[in-house]
Amino acid sequence: MTDLSVSVAGVPMKNPLVAVSGCFGFGREYDEYFDISLLGGLCVKGLNVSGRPGNPPPRIAEAPGGCLNSVGLQNPGIEAFLREDLPFLRTKDITVIANIFGGTAEEYAEAARMLGDSADMLEVNISCPNLKCGGVNFASDPKAAAEVTEAVKKVAKVPVCIKLSPNVTDIASVAVACRDAGADALSLINTLLGMRIDIETRRPVLRMNTGGLSGSAIFPVAVRCVWQAAAAAGLPVIGMGGVSSGSDAAEMMIAGASAVGVGTALFGDPAAPVRILRELTEWCGRHGIENVSGLTGSVRAY
Amino acid sequence: MGKRMTGTVRSVARLADGVYDLRVEAGLTNPAPGRFVHLAVPGFPLRRPISLCGCENGVARLVFAVKGGGTAAMAAWRPGDTVDLLGALGNGFPEPDGGAGKTVLVGGGIGLPPLLYYAKTHPDTHCIAGFRSAGHVILAGEFPSLELCTDDGSAGFSSYPHQRLEELLKNREPVARVLACGPEPLLKATAKVCREFGTPCFVSAEERMGCGVGACLVCVCAAGGTYKRVCKDGPVFDAAEWGETV
Repeated sequence: MTDLSVSVAGVPMKNPLVAVSGCFGFGREYDEYFDISLLGGLCVKGLNVSGRPGNPPPRIAEAPGGCLNSVGLQNPGIEAFLREDLPFLRTKDITVIANIFGGTAEEYAEAARMLGDSADMLEVNISCPNLKCGGVNFASDPKAAAEVTEAVKKVAKVPVCIKLSPNVTDIASVAVACRDAGADALSLINTLLGMRIDIETRRPVLRMNTGGLSGSAIFPVAVRCVWQAAAAAGLPVIGMGGVSSGSDAAEMMIAGASAVGVGTALFGDPAAPVRILRELTEWCGRHGIENVSGLTGSVRAY
Repeated sequence: MGKRMTGTVRSVARLADGVYDLRVEAGLTNPAPGRFVHLAVPGFPLRRPISLCGCENGVARLVFAVKGGGTAAMAAWRPGDTVDLLGALGNGFPEPDGGAGKTVLVGGGIGLPPLLYYAKTHPDTHCIAGFRSAGHVILAGEFPSLELCTDDGSAGFSSYPHQRLEELLKNREPVARVLACGPEPLLKATAKVCREFGTPCFVSAEERMGCGVGACLVCVCAAGGTYKRVCKDGPVFDAAEWGETV
């Protein structure tokens, strides 16, 4: 029997499977399809201080091997989350990772302060491609990424994980800047900026014209980014981006991830995370692996 | 609450150009008209949400239009094929609240299927159905009471369904409430007519959908001054709040 437990920046999880932010709401909906306590962790829908209505629809466009979204961080705000959603999650045996965002470094810090130690970890989204101010701008510049990291770390009462964007030239330098500013962990990748056009109407499919590509199409990009960021920064990484099978999860861990996120795969298979966990467990069993955490960063790179 | 189930295709029939009638045996039990199923199409990352057009003895009837590769693949399904579906999802049309008069169903094009399911399971309905032309008419003969409109006048009345509804209401016909499904301009016009006459109106909204279970916040529409989820808060909305700008 493989020991499936992992630890990310000192935060223990009973297994490495994490539902990623934005695909899983606050856990209630998918709990109707499987017991979410089976998962190691859950990154909640991105939160900011006062909430956001999000972008006008259409917010989704299909793409080969995935989809584009332009949800625009619709959320009810941190107070509503603490009042209405966190109590439900605390009835579950699951590590709660609170995903936060803001328009300025100060707003990020305020979000972290409001959350205090109510979640087990903060995931700081500096990489949403669907926000005009903030978002991906912070993740595309090592200096700005470090600024947000520092501001959050100053007030955070739990470990801080910075969520990075693949839409950068050199992800290693952003990862290192976050580490130097005090980040405890990294999560990556967020979506890749993309676009679809209806050739009959010549209108973009998304109302915001562009959106973030996710799904198995981006998996190789995610593996590459995880490998580069983990190697460069030496921080624990939650690897995500197109994971849709147990072998994908193993590959992500071998590339350098300590835990593995699942998101878009849920749209096809609402029980994808538990299926992937089962497949990963079987794979580990077949390979006589005693501790799944031993996979992390075990790539024999040339 | 929806369930994931494996269904079996019983038949696929072409109703009109690009419109198909799919029967899937899946064990759904008495889903309310207005609810939908979310079908997986092999080879496509996203499921396709299709309103129920009927459900008898566990066989769901799904009438859909081919809009792209996914629905084209569905049209090519053959009896015996297995179908992975989530259902039934969403909220159906509310039950009559005892107001005097008929429930008038206002439908346009591929919006007719859920209205037919309602008409077949409820008494005292009258349907006003609009299509682009005679060649696009589907399901009309199956309604107990129906008046037909076409945009080009090639069949039935040469007008839009909401204009016929307005006539009914002007003539003080007893209309308890209106249920509408179809293109957004028709829904908006129908909601406006109902507002003017103080007639309760419920619309079935459509939006490009992701998870189908309420988690991903992709399929939203403006309602009550905020964005609500078509899959979980809808697809049926009270027209009094639907479309209210965010």
